[in-house]
Amino acid sequence: MSTSTSTSAKLAKKDNDVPPSNENTLSRRGFFTKMGILFNGLVATALAVPIVQFLLSSITRGRNAYLAWVPLGPVSAFPEGETRLATFRNPYVMPTDGKTVDTACWVRRVTGDQFQVFAINCAHLGCPVRWFPQSGLFMCPCHGGAYYRDGSRASGPPERGLFEYPNKVENGLITIQAGELPTPGAVAALTGEKPPCVS
Amino acid sequence: MRIMIGKIGQWFDRRLQLAAPIREAVEHPVPRNTASWWYVFGSAALTVFLLQLVTGILLALIYVPSASEAWSSLQSLNHDVTLGWFIRAMHGWGSNFMVAIVLIHMVQVFLFGAYKFPRELTWIIGVFLLLMTLGMAFSGQVLRFDQDAYWGLGSGASIASRVPILGPAIVKLMLGGPIIAGATLSRFFALHVFVIPGLLIAFVGLHVLMVLKLGINEWPMPGRIVKRATYESEYHALTKKDGAPFFPYAVWKDLFFAAFVILAVAACALYFGPFGPTGQPDPTIIQTVPKPDYFFLWLYALLSLLPPSLETPALLIGPVVVILGLLLLPFLSGEGEKSWRRRPIAVLTVLLIAIMLGTFTHLAGFTPWSPHMNAWSGDPVPARFIHGTTALERQGALVFQVKQCRNCHSLGDVGGQRGPTLDSVAVRLTQDQLIRQVIQGGGNMPAYGKNLSPAETTALVAFLETLHPAGQRPARDASRDVVAGDEKRPGGQQ
Repeated sequence: MSTSTSTSAKLAKKDNDVPPSNENTLSRRGFFTKMGILFNGLVATALAVPIVQFLLSSITRGRNAYLAWVPLGPVSAFPEGETRLATFRNPYVMPTDGKTVDTACWVRRVTGDQFQVFAINCAHLGCPVRWFPQSGLFMCPCHGGAYYRDGSRASGPPERGLFEYPNKVENGLITIQAGELPTPGAVAALTGEKPPCVS
Repeated sequence: MRIMIGKIGQWFDRRLQLAAPIREAVEHPVPRNTASWWYVFGSAALTVFLLQLVTGILLALIYVPSASEAWSSLQSLNHDVTLGWFIRAMHGWGSNFMVAIVLIHMVQVFLFGAYKFPRELTWIIGVFLLLMTLGMAFSGQVLRFDQDAYWGLGSGASIASRVPILGPAIVKLMLGGPIIAGATLSRFFALHVFVIPGLLIAFVGLHVLMVLKLGINEWPMPGRIVKRATYESEYHALTKKDGAPFFPYAVWKDLFFAAFVILAVAACALYFGPFGPTGQPDPTIIQTVPKPDYFFLWLYALLSLLPPSLETPALLIGPVVVILGLLLLPFLSGEGEKSWRRRPIAVLTVLLIAIMLGTFTHLAGFTPWSPHMNAWSGDPVPARFIHGTTALERQGALVFQVKQCRNCHSLGDVGGQRGPTLDSVAVRLTQDQLIRQVIQGGGNMPAYGKNLSPAETTALVAFLETLHPAGQRPARDASRDVVAGDEKRPGGQQ
């Protein structure tokens, strides 16, 4: 308060039109300053709402908004007992996404209509795993993770098996529910359960 | 002419009123012994930062921050735009130099005790500057939107996702959506070009201002103890009694080193050229071995070597501990000895960290933990290993080849280093142990029981049993001989 008194005293000295300072004009100015700060605070709060909503939109959008069933191809394209690479386009696409929305996955046809569809991403740190039919292992080129043919962990740093997409056969097409990058944190983000353990 | 320039100068200074404070700043007295080559790294870091600003703006003239265009705009920078490759190379090498110089600067400040009273806040701001420099290095790697960038983002997302409860939300915030796509590149562009540089400029300004206000750290003398009560008057006496104006007494070394560093960046840029981009950021191309940039290689190695159960805690708690430790350092040892000659633990800490980071970086150069993804097809079993073997053993060599054992095991110095080399495996393991190891795995080896028929296992183990140096007998189970009674027991009953 003392500094504002001296400031307004100086102002009053400079400008003869302003009446000499007294308690009334001081509190009036002080009041308006406070009101000004309050007004700015209100405006900032009001503006913060849409800004925060905008910033967090990628979180607040529910999973139903981007998860969808995507066909990978006719069942006949996947021989029984074998594991093949398939690619699909992410169900949610923006015009500037380029090639990033094309995703690969490993399709294992166990028998008949029974499938396992594994995410390409290693359950450790997401590098693309490769299937080696001869040794019957998925191997990761980054940190040395390895998985058995059923996706369960074989060795290396991963703490769990490969991520699996929920799948179903519809009109002769093998279809998976996709649309989200599988990461270890979103625990088995897509199936909600861990793949079977090593028997 | 000179009068004219003088008059123009006066006209501006009457309005700007900057001449006096600038003169005061550049001529502030510094302790004489700080005019040393050890004191040039701070100004060198600032120099490289300014270089990064300039080359970064030049790159932004061509670069398109769009997931569909970024990679091809980098290609045209490399191949079409005149000297675009050189500006990219300068920016890339400038980044490496900046991280290196900031680290050297930090080590020097630490060993010279410059973080002690009253320069605690200068150190703390410096810690944030280090983090921002690393943030720039990582986000810059993302802007080079190639395969390494794409899968590097995936690794970042995997790490972030492990944060309890908030993990999945952090991933979506980081990626700008549920997958790595256009929005991801855009937000890393915003971070790399607006947010972090803005903060860097503000923090660098504060950092330099505090160096001017508090004075440069005097050369540490063993036995000259920092005490809160007396330090400032001692320092004042030091600069008054023994001081010299920064300009021109000390500045020439900074000038020489700054020019040398820029020359070194340009020389590396000319000689080695720009970094990448590697393959297109197309996630359907899975024949790729993603690797981070040089200054994150140690982390890449660490993540391969940590036991799985330790990894998540180490990833989530480790950085917090390190950053808190750095921030609290000036409060834990804000007084006392400055000289590294009297601070053995400080010196050992620096050496230990340097050796650790150096070892991990070295290991990441040849990734012994990674299977060789093409050893099975590219490298046949050398003939000397099947010379004079039986039909069964040769069949085993075939199984060995076909089942890709050499993705992880080397034989005759060719093959992966993930598992032990097998040149003399028969000396280490008996037949029973070999069978058990092949079928059940263990010790970081997958179990092959489901993937090998009994006949294949028999053949494979028969081959493995031949792998021992000439003149050295293979390991055998002594009890088996006893049970079978086909060896005379020496020394009677045992």
